[in-house]
Amino acid sequence: MEKQRLTEYAVQVEKEEFKKRQRKAKFKQLLTISSPILVLMLWELLSRTALIDPRFFPPPTKILATLYQMGLSGEIFTHIEISLLRIFAGFLLGVIPAIIVGLLMGMYSPIRHFFSPLVMAFMPIPTLAMLPIILIIFGIGEFSKMVTIAISVFFPVVINTAAGVINIDNIYIDVAKNYGANAKDFFFKIALPGSLPVMLEGIQMGQAIALLTIVAAEMIGANSGIGYVIWMNYKAFLLPQMYVGLVLISFFGYLFSLIIRGLQSKLIPWK
Amino acid sequence: MTSQAKIELNQLTKVFFKRNESVEAIKNISLTIDEGEFVCLLGPSGCGKTTLLRILAGLETPSTGNFQINQENADNPLQSMVFQERGVIPWMTVKDNVAFGLRMRHLPTRVIKERTAYYLKKVGLENFANLYPKELSGGMKQRVSIARAFANDPEILLMDEPFAALDEQNKFILQEELLNIWQETKKTVLFITHSIDEAMLLSDRILLMSAQPGQIIKEKKINLPRPRTMEDVRSNEEMAKEFVDIWQHLQTEVQGSRTQ
Ligand SMILES: Nc1ncnc2c1ncn2[C@@H]1O[C@H](COP(=O)(O)OP(=O)(O)OP(=O)(O)O)[C@@H](O)[C@H]1O
Ligand SMILES: [Mg+2]
Repeated sequence: MEKQRLTEYAVQVEKEEFKKRQRKAKFKQLLTISSPILVLMLWELLSRTALIDPRFFPPPTKILATLYQMGLSGEIFTHIEISLLRIFAGFLLGVIPAIIVGLLMGMYSPIRHFFSPLVMAFMPIPTLAMLPIILIIFGIGEFSKMVTIAISVFFPVVINTAAGVINIDNIYIDVAKNYGANAKDFFFKIALPGSLPVMLEGIQMGQAIALLTIVAAEMIGANSGIGYVIWMNYKAFLLPQMYVGLVLISFFGYLFSLIIRGLQSKLIPWK
Repeated sequence: MTSQAKIELNQLTKVFFKRNESVEAIKNISLTIDEGEFVCLLGPSGCGKTTLLRILAGLETPSTGNFQINQENADNPLQSMVFQERGVIPWMTVKDNVAFGLRMRHLPTRVIKERTAYYLKKVGLENFANLYPKELSGGMKQRVSIARAFANDPEILLMDEPFAALDEQNKFILQEELLNIWQETKKTVLFITHSIDEAMLLSDRILLMSAQPGQIIKEKKINLPRPRTMEDVRSNEEMAKEFVDIWQHLQTEVQGSRTQ
């Protein structure tokens, strides 16, 4: 009887504890969404009261309204579409060779020694600084923009992939050897999955850099795309329209991060 | 007993060389292990036990000398190793870990399925087949490692302190499970351990090694009838004497290497 009561009491205590934890979690969620809302509200207020110059900093509601108008005319969608296509194609064009070269560099030290000075030499050059050369080689068409993105994505992914393979615990390599894995099995069963966590970190970085690069590239040498929207509207002094471009970049950046995070938990369920 | 040599080591020596420093890990080891024999290698830390096993496992090459594993069935791999706890591959499920050796040999899917299921059941993990190693306890991970080695059906099994990281209770359970599976398959086993108890429970023969450079300085036959339990070993007077004898040997080796 006494024992029974004791157990009930213990359960009660834990229940309270659990509720407390839940309240804390809710509070943290609230904090996370409150900061952007707070900033937007402050901006709106300052802009409407003209404490900051509304010509340069139009209130967020106005930017939203502008976005809506641009959406209605349909014009903005063609820009979004073309930017996304460039990002997507360029991303793949960079990531796929980066993964292959990175895995090979990680697996075979002669390949690593051969390629790493090249990687080290080219990595510090901002891709945009190479844009003139890219334009000379590939012309001014779509492909040169994809190549620009591909190059900027290539480096973080290749470096992280190689590092991912090198950091695989030696014991798994011994296991593979001991159980007679051939080169192909080793590639697919050990090197690829073993390096995946670090590789995906590199892809996450590459994704951010791709967005950066495309906007900058479109600002310099394009007549379409989100970067172009930002630049042209700035030149025409249509600042709300320019902000629409910025909002779109922010939105897609966030979306891509989420997608890659989701991919991460799908691809590495064993972590 | 009609015994047939399964593993033959002929004056194996391994020296590790780095810059201007060299370490003689094992020195001039010659020995023969019979078909179906369970042999334990016992010696002070750093005497070259792991080195010897890794040479047999094909993970290290001897500096001089050679060895031979006599193959009976050409379809079987020569050897499989049971690694320490970390040897279970984290990105494969329990099932895939057990099937690993068979997959690497590209056996038919049906055979792989059958044998994997059989050994999963043997080690009592059939309900955990689809979990990842992170969800397993240390003892369960070692079961995976053992099942993987046996499922591969090698000519000989090599084990490097597979139970060292486990608590006493789990150790006893796994030792008995190992003996059960071994009795069924009658594989030749070379097993490294630090524990005299473990060596006496498991082996037909114990090889005692000297401090570095590792040489085999003594061997003891363990004639306890099988199946054995730890109680049998502990309650047997002769075994108690052997224990003390082995203990003293190891002590002198450790002290000898200290005063050097
Ligand atoms: N790859 C290596 N390079 C250099 N020295 C090594 C290497 N592997 C082992 N050694 C040295 O060889 C000696 C024997 O090592 P080994 O790991 O075989 O000992 P062990 O008997 O397994 O020890 P323990 O019981 O602690 O596991 C040690 O002095 C060790 O430092
Ligand atoms: Mg060792």
